[in-house]
Amino acid sequence: MKSIPRMVGGLGVAAGLLTAGWSVNGALADDQTIKIGVLHSLSGTMAISETTLKDTVLMMVDDLNANGGLLGKQVEAIVVDPASDWPLFAEKARELIEKEQVAAVFGCWTSVSRKSVLPVFEELNGLLFYPVQYEGEESSRNVFYTGAAPNQQAIPAVEYLMSEDGGAAERWVLLGTDYVYPRTTNKILRAFLNSKGVSDDDIMESYTPFGHSDWQTIVSDVKAFASEGKQTAVVSTINGDANVPFYKELGNQGISAEDIPVVAFSVGEEELSGLDTAPLVGHLAAWNYFMSVDTEENDAFIEAWQTYIGSEDRVVNDPMEAHFIGFQMWAQAVRQAGSTNVDAVRQAMYGQNVRSLSGYDVTMNTNHHLSKPVMIGEIQDDGQFDIVWQTDGVVVGDAWSDFIPESSKLTADWTFPWVCGNCEQPIFVSTN
Amino acid sequence: MVRATYTPLLARLGTGGTIFLAVLIAAAIAVPILNQAVPVTSAFHVPTYLVSLFGKYLCFALLALSVDLIWGYCGILSLGHGAFFALGGYAMGMHLMREIGDRGVYGNPVLPDFMVFLDWAELPWYWYGFDNFAFAILMVALVPGTLAFVFGWLAFRSRVTGVYFSIMTQAMTFALLLAFFRNDMGFGGNNGLTDFKDVLGFDLQASGTRVGLYVASAIALGFGFLLSRYLVTSRLGRVLVAVRDAESRTRFLGYRVEYYKLFVFVLSAVLAGIAGALYVPQVGIINPGEFSPANSIEIVIWVAVGGRGTLYGAVLGAILVNYAKSYFTGALPDLWLFVLGGLFIFVTIFMPKGVVGAVTALKDKVKPVAPRPATQGASSG
Amino acid sequence: MHLFARVALVAVALWLATAANAEAIEDMVQALGAKESAEKIAAIDALASSGDERALGILQAMLDRRLFRVKADDRVVFADKSDGGYQLTDPLTGEALGEVGRRDVKKVSVNNKLRGKLRGTIGGMTLLSPEAEARAAAADAVFKTPNAAILPILDQAIEAETDASVRDRLERARAAVQIETSKESAVRQAAVETLAQFTDPDVRTLVASLLVASDDGFVEADDAVRAAATETLATIDAGIARWTLIGNLFQGLSLGSVLLLAAIGLAITFGVMGVINMAHGEMVMLGAYTTFVVQEIFRNHFPGGFDYSLAVAIPAAFVIVGAIGIAIERGIIRFLYGRPLETLLATWGLSLILQQAVRTIFGPTNREVGNPEWMTGAIELAGGVALTYNRIWIIVFALVVFAGLMILLARTPLGLQMRAVTQNRAMASAMGIRTGTIDALTFGLGCGIAGMAGVALSQIDNVGPNLGQGYIVDSFMVVVFGGVGNLWGTLLGATTLGVVNKFLEPYAGAVLGKILVLVAIILFIQKRPRGLFALKGRAVEN
Repeated sequence: MKSIPRMVGGLGVAAGLLTAGWSVNGALADDQTIKIGVLHSLSGTMAISETTLKDTVLMMVDDLNANGGLLGKQVEAIVVDPASDWPLFAEKARELIEKEQVAAVFGCWTSVSRKSVLPVFEELNGLLFYPVQYEGEESSRNVFYTGAAPNQQAIPAVEYLMSEDGGAAERWVLLGTDYVYPRTTNKILRAFLNSKGVSDDDIMESYTPFGHSDWQTIVSDVKAFASEGKQTAVVSTINGDANVPFYKELGNQGISAEDIPVVAFSVGEEELSGLDTAPLVGHLAAWNYFMSVDTEENDAFIEAWQTYIGSEDRVVNDPMEAHFIGFQMWAQAVRQAGSTNVDAVRQAMYGQNVRSLSGYDVTMNTNHHLSKPVMIGEIQDDGQFDIVWQTDGVVVGDAWSDFIPESSKLTADWTFPWVCGNCEQPIFVSTN
Repeated sequence: MVRATYTPLLARLGTGGTIFLAVLIAAAIAVPILNQAVPVTSAFHVPTYLVSLFGKYLCFALLALSVDLIWGYCGILSLGHGAFFALGGYAMGMHLMREIGDRGVYGNPVLPDFMVFLDWAELPWYWYGFDNFAFAILMVALVPGTLAFVFGWLAFRSRVTGVYFSIMTQAMTFALLLAFFRNDMGFGGNNGLTDFKDVLGFDLQASGTRVGLYVASAIALGFGFLLSRYLVTSRLGRVLVAVRDAESRTRFLGYRVEYYKLFVFVLSAVLAGIAGALYVPQVGIINPGEFSPANSIEIVIWVAVGGRGTLYGAVLGAILVNYAKSYFTGALPDLWLFVLGGLFIFVTIFMPKGVVGAVTALKDKVKPVAPRPATQGASSG
Repeated sequence: MHLFARVALVAVALWLATAANAEAIEDMVQALGAKESAEKIAAIDALASSGDERALGILQAMLDRRLFRVKADDRVVFADKSDGGYQLTDPLTGEALGEVGRRDVKKVSVNNKLRGKLRGTIGGMTLLSPEAEARAAAADAVFKTPNAAILPILDQAIEAETDASVRDRLERARAAVQIETSKESAVRQAAVETLAQFTDPDVRTLVASLLVASDDGFVEADDAVRAAATETLATIDAGIARWTLIGNLFQGLSLGSVLLLAAIGLAITFGVMGVINMAHGEMVMLGAYTTFVVQEIFRNHFPGGFDYSLAVAIPAAFVIVGAIGIAIERGIIRFLYGRPLETLLATWGLSLILQQAVRTIFGPTNREVGNPEWMTGAIELAGGVALTYNRIWIIVFALVVFAGLMILLARTPLGLQMRAVTQNRAMASAMGIRTGTIDALTFGLGCGIAGMAGVALSQIDNVGPNLGQGYIVDSFMVVVFGGVGNLWGTLLGATTLGVVNKFLEPYAGAVLGKILVLVAIILFIQKRPRGLFALKGRAVEN
């Protein structure tokens, strides 16, 4: 028993060192660099999508530094791996803001990861750039949403399929993975379709778990549902990985796009790159950007990306473009504000304008959502999309959908006199 | 059942247990002081995010302790203990959800946001009562305990043992994972429960509340440890070890093995549930991911790394592995899985009794003493 | 349009084509590049009825996305990808127009509607093709885009048709055309009745469409036709219901075969050897990546032999993954015999390392593994039931692997030694068996089989770092459900779980179905704590 005090002392020192190891890093913040955080999963289930976004940010940081950096300083990207583990996202977000003192964070893919970090960003007044299309119904003061809101993706896509050119669909299958994005999108779409005179009998809704790989039954169900005499279309909000077996089953069961077109909101160039797309020609996707857009900016970006990553096979997709827009806007806002102070940068972000890769002038609105173009593409046999329809101008992102009764009355606006992400009445607060 | 002979508390704790308790008490007192009283500029200041991080580790430690209690002392390998942890977490999360009241996005005073959103007309019956803190706390213990009772009663009575039992616990947590993913269940689907505001009127984002939760976790871990230690040093504990080492022989000696197993399994599930309940307010989210089979396997790995059958070894393992994870995901984001995976293999091959076992062995080598009582069973599970 | 009119039109077109109409054809081709799809459709119709023998080639090129517009002068041309850009040719004269950069031309976009139109039109022009396959495809295209003008050619084609199945399809197409375009009620009614012999969903769609209510009554105004349609629909539905059952059974067997493949390697490493092999899923993943690498080699070096790539990938996966398995056994597992639970820890660490290693080497995104020609498509049964070739082959493959393994274990000296070592190591050693070597070989065998499973799974699932994670829980469930240590149990367990799952799914939905199956397994194990086929005797206690 004599050794106990000594051992306690030893353990105490060890614990102290452990603690110090954490805080010393933070104390060494270098004034010569501006730090930004990259919060994308590099392992676990979401690594497949998110790793690319990490590389995109790193590429843009390199590029910015090569062109003289920001405010005369170099930009340093702090990469962490939240490992597709949602509580770990919150922990890492806290680490980035509190310990690393980053000026902004580029990160998250899934809604649940965003929900998990949201309280952290709001508590510590951080700045998150979220690059993925999502379900809306949110407008945080500390998040800039550079992906599409439902009105910038889902509704135009359905309108296209209802049009003569899109095949004049009258009967709808809403297929999705069972989580909040498909649920919300489908709720909005159902309300929209009802408003267009489609009865509930002509809408089939079906949800599957994450990573669902056996699609035989559901594809058969769709076939049966489609044989009721009306032109049928499928709206797919199936998430990531589950798409490949789904499309394989579609192709093998002989459902061609001319019979039953499938329009997807989560399938882009990257998802298709693991797939032989010959049987899928003509199925659709709706995004704000396709790699096949024909502009100088896009060609330059693709070339830069493929050089950076060292492979001609790597593709560019919509969330990458969203990060491109977000990053350019943040850099412009920092220059304009002359500081990386979150409040100053946020103020400078409103109205910030960037020429997107698709050749449109994209603007950040005061509801923290972008005005972006909407495009609909058909899958081609080379894994690319052929753009068959696009908006003439940009569409303003709507945080609170007009098709959900509870949210139609809410407004998001972070400038005087609203200064609120979800209010029915203007709020007059001077402290903001 | 078994009358315990009186033994002084300190003797029951043993050297390791005493050291552990001392460190725990020191940490429970020192961290809040370093956080609250020491100025931010000082090198000894502990930032609030570290307090929450440590609080999280303590919850994991309690969870590991609960697994060690059944695995280390009774040979029951549960690969589904994450389920009890998550259920406790959900019970607490439901209370925190109700606490939000009309401060939610849609301003509904009764329904949580996700229900408003999915057109639920009224609160489902199983949400009743959770607005009451005491009721929620009761559920934190009762729900995992009941599940463990039913599952254990079925399994132990029909003598499902070894890997069969382990894989069935995997099936249980996997089924719960799928069930909680379903939005129709009314637990928020994949997003789970989040956006909590306060607990018992204290703002969850305030550093004072965080320190309070940290201390609560430390106290829970301390009591969990004392209780477990008391149990395993009692006569009941000796029966448990007998079950672990020779189940059939214990049965032939006249012990109703299944009752002993059931008792300790339910107790362990309750401890796991409490750990989950303390975990949720500190990380701010509970979602079905906690039910994933991989999470439950990880808990067993914490215990194995620390040293099975010592209780404080489980605590040490949980803190060590989680600290390594926190550190390496930041320091080596692309390589940390190599490091962590390598660590597991290294520990298995070179430290069969975990870190605690290795330390003990080292000590024994330096100063030979009488062999310690067996803490490592040869049983397959 | 009557036959006479059509013939006359063709004659006129031919006459005009000699001189003045060269310009008209050029205009039509030019109009294919118009912006509005209505204009394009008009141009397609014009071109089709022009009678010009080059029309078919041009329309086919448009369907194949070889038709481009030159940005500088808006001229419509054929373009084929070359190194720096596109090689242009004149669609009418076939004259080479030189090479241009990638951004100097723009593809004439063809959306679903136009594609359907093109297929239908080309179908109409190839109904009399000498190839039976082309005629059948043409008939199906016509069925989907009914057009009165095609009727005379259809009649002629049916007259001349010798192949019974093609004739069926032609008649199906004719009925569709008649229903859509005929003004006579009797003709339409007869057509609807003809369709009763077909039980596929496309026909059902067509017949059901007659019964859809519109603003003023029904889409089909004629009562008699509607009555015929109702009757036909009932016949079709009865047929479909019968076939659906067969379809469900097939889907169940198919899922069962996937489970069997995923679990069978584990049945050896876990079931026979007692190693709780958490890296089993990663062995499957490595097999899938082996397929990817083999296919890459084929793509780059022997593009012609791509269809045989799987024949190379299967043994390659067995050998490579088997060798990795032997290395794992020698490097890690052999230190852990007698401590089975510790194998769980070590193999879990190993699985983390392997996942990250694959991510580092092959990148985090999914890799493309192609299906060879003989694994794409499906046998179309009546009632819309499709038995897809890839799944048929996987069922066959799973059974072959299973049979091969049984023979190996039961009939070869190696199998005998493996069984001896796992049943009584000390005795086997005393008999002169080198137990260490046998352990390594057994573990390697289990891993090699997992690798072969990976080849099969690469045909239906993602090939990515997470591939293995999706199967690990299911695999353990199958082995335990069947009874640890019994391969027949694994076979029966996998098949049962697959079929039960698929029969539950239509009623309970995919998620609830799976939950029910899991709960059923838990309850089943209470009844039979050692699985379907329990080992008897003293081995049970270990």
